[in-house]
Amino acid sequence: MKRTAAITALLGAITAGAAWAEPAEDKLTINGEIEMTTWTEPSAVVEGALPEVISGWHFRGTETRAMQSDDFDNPGMIFVEDAMAAWDEVEGEAGKSCASCHGDVEDSMKGVRAVYPKWNETAGEVRTLEMQVNACRTENMQAEPLKYTGTDMTSMVALISSVSRGLPVNVATDGPVAETWEQGKKLYYTRTGQLELSCANCHEDNYGRMIRADHLSQGQINGFPVYRLKNTKLNSVHARFKGCVRDTRAETYKPGSPEFVALELYVASRGNGLSVEGPSVRN
Amino acid sequence: MRRNIITLALACAASGAAAAEVAPGNVAFEVGAVTQSLTGQPGDPVRGREVVGTKSLGNCVACHVNTEMSDVPFQGEIGPPLDGVGDRWSEAELRGIVTNAKMMFPGSMMPSFYKVDGFIRPGNAYTGDAADDSFGPLLTAQQIEDVVAYLLTLKE
Ligand code: HEC
Ligand code: HEC
Repeated sequence: MKRTAAITALLGAITAGAAWAEPAEDKLTINGEIEMTTWTEPSAVVEGALPEVISGWHFRGTETRAMQSDDFDNPGMIFVEDAMAAWDEVEGEAGKSCASCHGDVEDSMKGVRAVYPKWNETAGEVRTLEMQVNACRTENMQAEPLKYTGTDMTSMVALISSVSRGLPVNVATDGPVAETWEQGKKLYYTRTGQLELSCANCHEDNYGRMIRADHLSQGQINGFPVYRLKNTKLNSVHARFKGCVRDTRAETYKPGSPEFVALELYVASRGNGLSVEGPSVRN
Repeated sequence: MRRNIITLALACAASGAAAAEVAPGNVAFEVGAVTQSLTGQPGDPVRGREVVGTKSLGNCVACHVNTEMSDVPFQGEIGPPLDGVGDRWSEAELRGIVTNAKMMFPGSMMPSFYKVDGFIRPGNAYTGDAADDSFGPLLTAQQIEDVVAYLLTLKE
C-alpha cells in the first residue's frame, strides 16, 4: 500500500485519471457468507518482488466488483450450472460420468483448484486442471478430450474452482515441480516480441498504473476462469496468457503447451495466500 | 508520355530518400543520443503529433501523459509525462530516445521504435503469429523525425 499511495500522490498532480487508478479498498464476501482474501502479505515465492499480493478484483470498477459478490449476479455461474449437468452426464465407452467416480462435486472437489497445477506421480508430469479433466475423460471414461480453451472445458474448470472459493491458493513450487516452476519463472521475466515486454514489466513493476485505457493489475490467476464483460464469456488462463503475449507483438505459445503449463504453475504460485475466486468477473 | 515523366520523377524522389536514409542497424548513438537526422529531411511536427497520439502508430500516450494532447483520451502512467520534454532534452537526445530508448535508459520498458533485430519471438504485428517478410521497425525513419520535431515543441 505504501508504494501505491506514493504513486497516487505523484500522479494526482499530473492527471485527473489517477483518482481511480489505485486498487480499490474494498472487501469481497460472496453470497453474504464466503469471506475472501483478496489482498495479503507476500508469500516466500514473491518476497522482494511484490510488497503485497492483490487479486485482480481490486483493480476493477465498483459495478464489476459488485457482480462477483452474489452468484445470481455473476454471469460466470451460468457456465457453472451447465458444467453441473455435464458432471452427471455419462459419456464415452466406459459408460461413466464424472459423478460415477467422484460422487458429489462439492464434497470431492473442494480444495482441488487451490493446489493446481500440481505433480501427477503416475504420469510423471505437471498437470493443469484442464489436463487432469482430459486425463479423466480419455483414460477413465474413454471419452473424447475437450478442447483446451473451449467453453465445455472452461465451464468444468469453473465448476471445480467454484467449490473451492474462499480457500487459499497453495500451489507447491518444490520437489518434482521445481524444474517446471523455474522454467515458468524464466518465462515470466523474459521480454518477448517487438515491444520487448515481460509479464513483470506490466504486472510487477507497474500494477496500479494505467496503460492507455487499462488499469494494470498484478495479473494473478486466483480468479480464473474469469467471465469478461468485454467478450461475454468465460476465459481460461491460457487464453489470457496468449492475449497478453500477443500484445507484446510476439509469436505466442499455444494453449496447453509445456511453456504455458510452466508459466501457469509459476503465476499460480505468485498468488499463494489469495482465495480461490473463480469464476470471477472482470471487464 | 506525361504519366511516364511523373513516374520517373517519383522514382527519383523515392530512391533519393532511400539513399539518404539511415537503416535501423546503422544508427550511430553517442551516450544514447543520435546527432544525424535519419532522413536528411526536416521533421513535420503536425504529423509527429499524430504519430504520438494514434494507437496504430506510436501510441506514446499508452504510457505517457501529454497535457498538450488532452483531446486524446486514456493517457497512460507508465513513463514520465511528455510535458516540457523539449526543454529537458536536446534534438539529438530526443532522436536517440525515440529511436532506441534502451541506449539512453538501460533496461527501459519503453519499446525501441527503430530497430529490427535482437527480439525474442518477434511476431507479425498483433496477430500472435511469427514475424514474416513484412517485418519492419515500429516507425519509419521519417516518422521518427516527425515525432522528434513535435517533441521539440513541448516547452513549459
Ligand atoms: C503490455 C502490458 C502487458 C504485458 C506485457 C502482460 N500483460 Fe497481462 N494484462 C495486461 C492488461 C492491460 C490486463 C487487463 C487488466 C489487468 O487485469 O491487469 C492484463 C491482464 C492479465 C491477467 C488477468 C488478471 C485478472 O485478474 O483478470 C493475467 C492473468 C495476466 N494479465 C497475465 C500475464 C502474463 C502471465 C503475462 C506474460 C506472459 C502478461 N500478463 C503480460 C497487460 C499486460
Ligand atoms: C511501454 C511504455 C512506453 C511507450 C509505449 C513509450 N514510452 Fe517513452 N518512456 C517510457 C519510460 C518507462 C520512460 C522513462 C525512462 C526509463 O526507462 O527510465 C520513457 C521516457 C521517455 C522520454 C524521456 C522523458 C523524460 O522527461 O525524461 C521521452 C521523450 C519519451 N519517453 C518519448 C516517447 C515517445 C515519443 C513515444 C512513442 C513514439 C514513447 N515515449 C513511447 C515508456 C514508454
